[in-house]
Amino acid sequence: MKSVSLALGAATLTAAFALPAFAQTEIQWWHSMTAVNGEWVNDLAKEFNAKQTQYKIVPTYKGSYDESMTAAVAAFRAGNAPHILQVFEVGTATMMASKGAIVPVGKVMKDAGEKFDPSAYVSAVAGYYTALNGQMLSFPFNSSTTVFYYNKDAFKAAGLDPEKAPATWPEVTLAAAKLKASGHKCPISLAWQGWTQLESFSAWHNVEFATKGNGLGGLDARMKINSPLHVRHIENLANMAKQGLFVYKGRANVPEASFISGECAMMTTSSGFYGNVKKNAKFAYGIAPLPYYPDAPGAPQNTVIGGASLWVMSGKKPEEYKGIAAFFTYLSSPEVQSASHKRTGYLPITTAAYQLTEQSGFYKENPGTDVAVNQMIRKTTDKSRGIRLGNYVQIRTIEDEELEQVWGGKKTAKEALDSIVQRGNELLERFEKANKS
Amino acid sequence: MASEKRVVFKSGWLPWALLAPQAVVIAVFFFWPAAQALLQSLQQSDAFGTSVEWVGLENFRNLWNDPTYLASFKTTAIFSVLVAVLGLALSLMLAIFADRVIKGAAFYKTLLIWPYAVAPAVAGVLWLFMFAPGMGIVSYALGAAGFEWNHLLNGTHAMTLIVMAAVWKQISYNFLFFLAGLQSIPKSLIEAAAIDGARPWRRFWTMQLPLLSPTTFFLLVINIVYAFFDTFAIVDAATKGGPGKDTSILVYKVYYDGFKAMDLGGSAAQSVVLMVIVVALTVVQFRFVEKKVNYQ
Amino acid sequence: MVERRPALDFLAHAVLIIGVLIVAFPVYITFVASTHTSQEIVQTPMPLLPGAHLFENYRDALLGTGHGMGSNAAVGRMMFVSLVTALLITVGKIAISLLSAFAMVYFRFRFRMVFFWAIFVTLMLPVEVRIAPTYKVVADLGMLNTFAGLTVPLIASATATFLFRQFFLTVPDELVEAARIDGAGPMRFFKDMLLPLSATSIAALFVIQFIYGWNQYLWPLLVTTDESMYPVVIGIKRMISGGDAQNEWNLVMATAMLAMIPPALVVMLMQKWFVKGLVDTEK
Repeated sequence: MKSVSLALGAATLTAAFALPAFAQTEIQWWHSMTAVNGEWVNDLAKEFNAKQTQYKIVPTYKGSYDESMTAAVAAFRAGNAPHILQVFEVGTATMMASKGAIVPVGKVMKDAGEKFDPSAYVSAVAGYYTALNGQMLSFPFNSSTTVFYYNKDAFKAAGLDPEKAPATWPEVTLAAAKLKASGHKCPISLAWQGWTQLESFSAWHNVEFATKGNGLGGLDARMKINSPLHVRHIENLANMAKQGLFVYKGRANVPEASFISGECAMMTTSSGFYGNVKKNAKFAYGIAPLPYYPDAPGAPQNTVIGGASLWVMSGKKPEEYKGIAAFFTYLSSPEVQSASHKRTGYLPITTAAYQLTEQSGFYKENPGTDVAVNQMIRKTTDKSRGIRLGNYVQIRTIEDEELEQVWGGKKTAKEALDSIVQRGNELLERFEKANKS
Repeated sequence: MASEKRVVFKSGWLPWALLAPQAVVIAVFFFWPAAQALLQSLQQSDAFGTSVEWVGLENFRNLWNDPTYLASFKTTAIFSVLVAVLGLALSLMLAIFADRVIKGAAFYKTLLIWPYAVAPAVAGVLWLFMFAPGMGIVSYALGAAGFEWNHLLNGTHAMTLIVMAAVWKQISYNFLFFLAGLQSIPKSLIEAAAIDGARPWRRFWTMQLPLLSPTTFFLLVINIVYAFFDTFAIVDAATKGGPGKDTSILVYKVYYDGFKAMDLGGSAAQSVVLMVIVVALTVVQFRFVEKKVNYQ
Repeated sequence: MVERRPALDFLAHAVLIIGVLIVAFPVYITFVASTHTSQEIVQTPMPLLPGAHLFENYRDALLGTGHGMGSNAAVGRMMFVSLVTALLITVGKIAISLLSAFAMVYFRFRFRMVFFWAIFVTLMLPVEVRIAPTYKVVADLGMLNTFAGLTVPLIASATATFLFRQFFLTVPDELVEAARIDGAGPMRFFKDMLLPLSATSIAALFVIQFIYGWNQYLWPLLVTTDESMYPVVIGIKRMISGGDAQNEWNLVMATAMLAMIPPALVVMLMQKWFVKGLVDTEK
């Protein structure tokens, strides 16, 4: 008996010492990508895992952005948060304010000794997720931006040139009038109205959305969207609504369905909508940059991104952080970026990736897919780098609520924008107070 | 409590043993977490809880100073009354008729209960599909009939939409329990009354309805609780509280703040307010309405 | 029915048919949507009659051969998880509620009313509000990624207890007296008399709780980090892309229809077994 237990003991000891060499470091990645994008995430992890044996990325779908955020909060408070968490862009301030909960990506890369050059990243994309001192806080993963879609067949029927997209808002109004005259019930509608008509609008025209560099400079930023240009724009839209040129179709991406069905001839929404349009639209369509006001100085500057980034949670082991860093390096490589960009329509985050995609002739074969990228490959100003405001999810809802009242004729543009600023600033004050330390 | 049994069993330890399983489960999985959640109403913290600060009643004060919050009391009251009354009335009517027919009974019952099985995620999408202004099937039909349906900009339309969606979901639920209640009434009683010459409508009023009252009371309480607490998913899928704040019911803001905006302190404070209201309503129902319930 | 009243019967059928049409209309739409291509569904207005793609869509949904839906091999596993979860919740809830309601109606003991209200209060706080602390309790007890973690916290609510209390209060006292005269103890009374009488209530609750357990989304999402413990509803949600990517609505609807089959079966079976079997003995 004794010899058996000795043998067993020896075997176990040997196994115990031998194990670390074979043990893979598992890295939990919680994400919110569904459908084809979910497949993309799984493939990225699979390919990375196949390339090496030290680390294993385990992606888990954890619901929508809100749901996975709640799951992460609950898990963190219970002591078992994931390593990597995908968080939507409006949650950036919330993540940053939870100082003990996250580790800036720049630090993770540096500590792991990975080569990391912030200047290789497209500043309009990465800038959103970077601190003022240049340290990258989170890793841009799936970024889209605001673009303009239009129904070429409807344009032709209305006597407009289908190859010439309206480039300025006055041109848009004229086109809408012509479409209406030719019997079109919904010349233009807008999706993600807060993002397209207020946030991206501001960056595109190089005007402040909020003070302190749109919040990147500090928690005491306050909203500034009741400026004359903003009021003018919303008033224009309100007038268009009154004349039936602009038909409100709902919040978030709900209006997109009315473009696909052919009901609305023009739409401003995310560049990510492209895949849907390509597959389901039964008409010729075009993609163009967001319209602007030609008399605004500095327009067009660059648009603001949407989408999500990857945050690294705190409290993990050094070995695990090394794996995360290696994964991020893999994700940043031009080949992976270019392939992801072509597959999903999300923006490439490095200029090298953009060039690689261009060389491959992808943009020529898929006209319109470079519009989004072109709007971003610009040098950003301090008003257009991005937005970082606390309680931003609630502020977006306030924007929706107030704008709806304008479209319904219950408030004027100025009243609504003033209200957004007032209610938004209250929330910003509360956020500042709650995150003083 | 107005309702007690005359005849009971005598035992020192048995009732405790019978209650123990449920008591343990709710102590561990409801009261303990609930206490912690409600404690958060007195705190202000960042989402992850890395910095927590006691602020006493400040969260409550913020609520009181918010005019949109006070307005949502009225919105909630209208919504809840409509949902409870319509939900109960419609399903009672369907249950009575379903109880009466013999041919095709199973067919009707299955089809009326089946909608309850639709996963909430899908149900929300379906309603949007059907009512999307301009292109949804129902709004298209309404438009063809000359009625401009637009729940995106018209507050009344929006309220109608969420009431309909909420009632729809509950009809199956109420129907099932009403039917079960009706079918447990001994047929001999009904036959005796019929032989006595009572016609169907009279039988319903003087016999079936009173005998159904325990079920009705149960459903009344459950529907009120449902309207107050379980309908945020519908609002979230259909109108998100809009246009403006016209369909922003109290529980939607609780869910939204706690879940989407990550304002856990504010959400907890609102939950406390909501709990107080519903507990008060329930006490009132037990005290006053249950007196009318006919148990024997 | 009791007497022959053709006019009333006609009215009954008419009302029921209208009721069914209205109530079941969305389900019908789901079915129709599951038989078209996704392109056809997004046109205005959506077609009202079933399309020609029924077999393709259902095959794609089941086998995961749709456009990019590789991970659907897990549908079988998800259905299994949903089934076990739903059954555990249903049986667990009905069992403990029967016992509690019996205790509170048929016994006198101190704190009886306190218990009643304590159980009742569990209806007054939506699960989303207390979800983070509940998660912590479950995590601390080591119940993450287990069927126990998926089900036990959901057994904690008062609906069933309240319903049984209502029902027990209608049971005539004579029955209890008769049982006592016969020398039967409380548990005999419970088993031999009360349970059979409660058949319709139990059946109704079984259907409701099964569907409730089957359609659970948020709690399983949080309490499992292992995708092999995901129920079917999460699978459906995964196919609905909330963001920018295109939706395969036809496949989503097909999966939703498939996910409705077990609850529908439960509804039909419950009618056959419980309601007919036990109530008919009275007729």
